[in-house]
Amino acid sequence: MNKSNGKGGLSRRGFLASAAAATTALSAPAVLAEGRPRVVVVGGGAGGATAARYIAKDSDDAVDVTLVEPSRAYYTCFFSNLYIGGFREWASLGHSYGALAANHGINVVHDWAVSVDRDKRSVGLAGGGSLAYDRLVLSPGIDFRDGSVPGWDLSQQNRMPHAYKAGSQTQLLRAQIEAMPQGGTYCMVAPPNPFRCPPGPYERISMVAHVLKQSNPTAKILIADPKEKFSKQGLFEDGWQRHYPGMIERVGPDFGGGNVEVRPEAMEVVIDGEATKVDVCNVIPAQQAGRIAALAGITDESGWAPIVPHTMESRADANIHVLGDAALQGDMPKSGFSANSQAKVCAMAVRGALTGSTVFPPRFSNTCWSLIGTDDGVKVGASYEATDEKIAKIDGFISQTGESAELRKATYEESLGWYAAITGDLFG
Amino acid sequence: MARAAAGLLAAALLAALPAAGAGSADAERGHALFQQCKRCHQAGAGAEHRIGPHLNDVFGRTAGSLADYRYSAAMKAAGAGGLVWTGATLDAFLADPPALVPHSRMSFSGMAAADDRAALLAWLRGFGGGRSDLPSAEPTATPEEYGLDPAILAIRGDPEYGAYLAGECITCHRADGTVEGIPSITGWPPDDFVIALHAYRQGKRVHPAMQLVAGRLSDEEIAALAAHFQRAEDDP
Ligand SMILES: Cc1cc2nc3c(=O)[nH]c(=O)nc-3n(C[C@H](O)[C@H](O)[C@H](O)COP(=O)(O)OP(=O)(O)OC[C@H]3O[C@@H](n4cnc5c(N)ncnc54)[C@H](O)[C@@H]3O)c2cc1C
Ligand code: HEC
Ligand code: HEC
Repeated sequence: MNKSNGKGGLSRRGFLASAAAATTALSAPAVLAEGRPRVVVVGGGAGGATAARYIAKDSDDAVDVTLVEPSRAYYTCFFSNLYIGGFREWASLGHSYGALAANHGINVVHDWAVSVDRDKRSVGLAGGGSLAYDRLVLSPGIDFRDGSVPGWDLSQQNRMPHAYKAGSQTQLLRAQIEAMPQGGTYCMVAPPNPFRCPPGPYERISMVAHVLKQSNPTAKILIADPKEKFSKQGLFEDGWQRHYPGMIERVGPDFGGGNVEVRPEAMEVVIDGEATKVDVCNVIPAQQAGRIAALAGITDESGWAPIVPHTMESRADANIHVLGDAALQGDMPKSGFSANSQAKVCAMAVRGALTGSTVFPPRFSNTCWSLIGTDDGVKVGASYEATDEKIAKIDGFISQTGESAELRKATYEESLGWYAAITGDLFG
Repeated sequence: MARAAAGLLAAALLAALPAAGAGSADAERGHALFQQCKRCHQAGAGAEHRIGPHLNDVFGRTAGSLADYRYSAAMKAAGAGGLVWTGATLDAFLADPPALVPHSRMSFSGMAAADDRAALLAWLRGFGGGRSDLPSAEPTATPEEYGLDPAILAIRGDPEYGAYLAGECITCHRADGTVEGIPSITGWPPDDFVIALHAYRQGKRVHPAMQLVAGRLSDEEIAALAAHFQRAEDDP
């Protein structure tokens, strides 16, 4: 294991990466560039965009921030289920990086990070070249675990989409659902814990049911689920009963929901040895930290990257911070809200370390809304604190069954406000 | 322009007929309905700006035009675009505020019943026309209502700490002050802000997410947040 020197050293690395970085370095007085501590953020999603924006915004140019992200536009996973349900236009989920560059002076590099040299403190890019850092922030989201669903691998994602990283996969899944024959079957192979967005698969089931109820009312929905229980289970099951009676069947682990194989060629799902022909098969495999975290050597046997709760620093390397889904942090669910919350704590710690700015006590929170049917929103939320061991839950709340239609509508409307607020906080 | 002139004329006519205000049964009902506005607005002698601007002489006022109140960019733009408050425009605004002025900072979901709006506006007209004998303003939500210790209101918050703590809030409350499903909390007088958060903390206002948020804030942290959110979004 690499030993870090624990100091945000300001030593200059000779090599520069993208053309953009090269121009800045050549035209600006070299002295100035040398004096500014450098932060590289890998991943422009919920965690990474927040961290880059807050470090740049709050340090008044004292820190040089580079954001590495392959996509030109970020399509949010949050609300992608609402797109599947017809409650949201596709375009409304896309966000550009323009304002991060223009308003906050962040150097946005559209490329993949492919390696991390922890001794030299530099990140290698797929397009060639590398970026030197004093602090590195990794927020790469998730990757799928090979072999977790026998018969499925990434090469099958067009026949059996996961739609668990938003983009063309989400659009493909929606198109497949729309093209289902009357009375056909949509099957979801649900993931084991821990995975991104615990209520996500079940909100998706609700949205698929909502669409099918209108366009294909005799269609069936089958869920093969390896988990005993799932997030907001009582609320979802109550809602499914009210909105979509008889449409949804869930096979839990007691009935073989954890013993699943898929046959993409034949469009079959084999549950506990019994093959069923399906029309759409949405495979959400088991997950782990986005690959770059493992390449940096900071993940453990769980596949996730352990962190120090007070700063979000990697337990393996104090010059690297890990945010969001990729982090092994304790009690927070893997959500966009959590990633955003963690990023603010991280940004403050990074600024404190590099510029000596005030570091306030960390605090974390999360709220996840889910839509079950038209104007039928529910939510779950909690507050968290940093302990030496983990990010620990303090207190929480959850919607109740039997709430008035008015309250459920207000809850849904809140989620619209949240979406506007958090995307503004990420990309504004 | 024609609309503005008509509005002014209507206001002048009505001001000349104070009977249309105070006394009538409709106006009584209007007074009761003003409860819904009172949290944010004052009207009457000595009325001050609170969360929203005072509503004396609102008939005939160009939207967003009082110099000593910090309006949202959206409200100022509406005024610059020719919006003048008349019976008709106020009726439309109260029915569905964002439909008339999108992105305004007024967190009010609307008053659905046309006769309620008419009654409320009839009552508000009583506070127009530059009258010198206005009934005195009723205070907005006061500390007494929630039994808040005045010492708590006297705490001076640290805006730098408030700015950090605000990171949690603006994941839900839009930093630009726009209302959308979640109320606007920018540009608030600190007292109103402190009172609202203590009301959630004490469970006197019920909302699970806000009660959770407020439940772990200390008095000093609430004061720090109030100092931060006192600023409107476009303040330096
Ligand atoms: C269907 C669904 C519904 C959801 N609903 C909600 C919800 O309602 N509320 C909520 O809070 N959360 C929700 N989530 C969860 C939320 O999307 C994630 O938890 C959140 O996006 C995690 O943020 P992150 O920064 O860890 O990863 P991401 O947001 O996934 O960002 C990772 C970014 O890193 C980039 N990247 C990866 N590897 C590299 C590399 N090597 N080099 C450069 N860039 C790289 C990727 O391109 C990506 O843009 C939902 C998720 C799904 C799938
Ligand atoms: C939650 C607080 C809140 C409530 C409740 C509220 N308002 Fe407002 N109101 C505001 C704010 C804030 C503004 C300024 C909006 C802006 O600048 O975008 C405003 C602006 C206005 C204006 C425009 C005034 C001007 O000078 O242009 C009118 C008229 C108005 N409110 C009337 C009402 C009435 C009548 C009610 C009750 C039915 C009401 N409001 C309820 C907060 C509120
Ligand atoms: C999970 C989303 C969420 C978060 C986080 C959040 N709020 Fe709220 N807030 C709401 C909602 C929803 C309401 C409306 C509640 C109601 O109907 O009473 C609200 C109401 C308020 C109000 C009263 C508004 C009014 O018009 O009376 C204030 C003040 C407030 N919040 C301040 C804060 C502060 C300060 C923070 C951060 C410390 C914060 N909120 C964090 C969702 C949130």
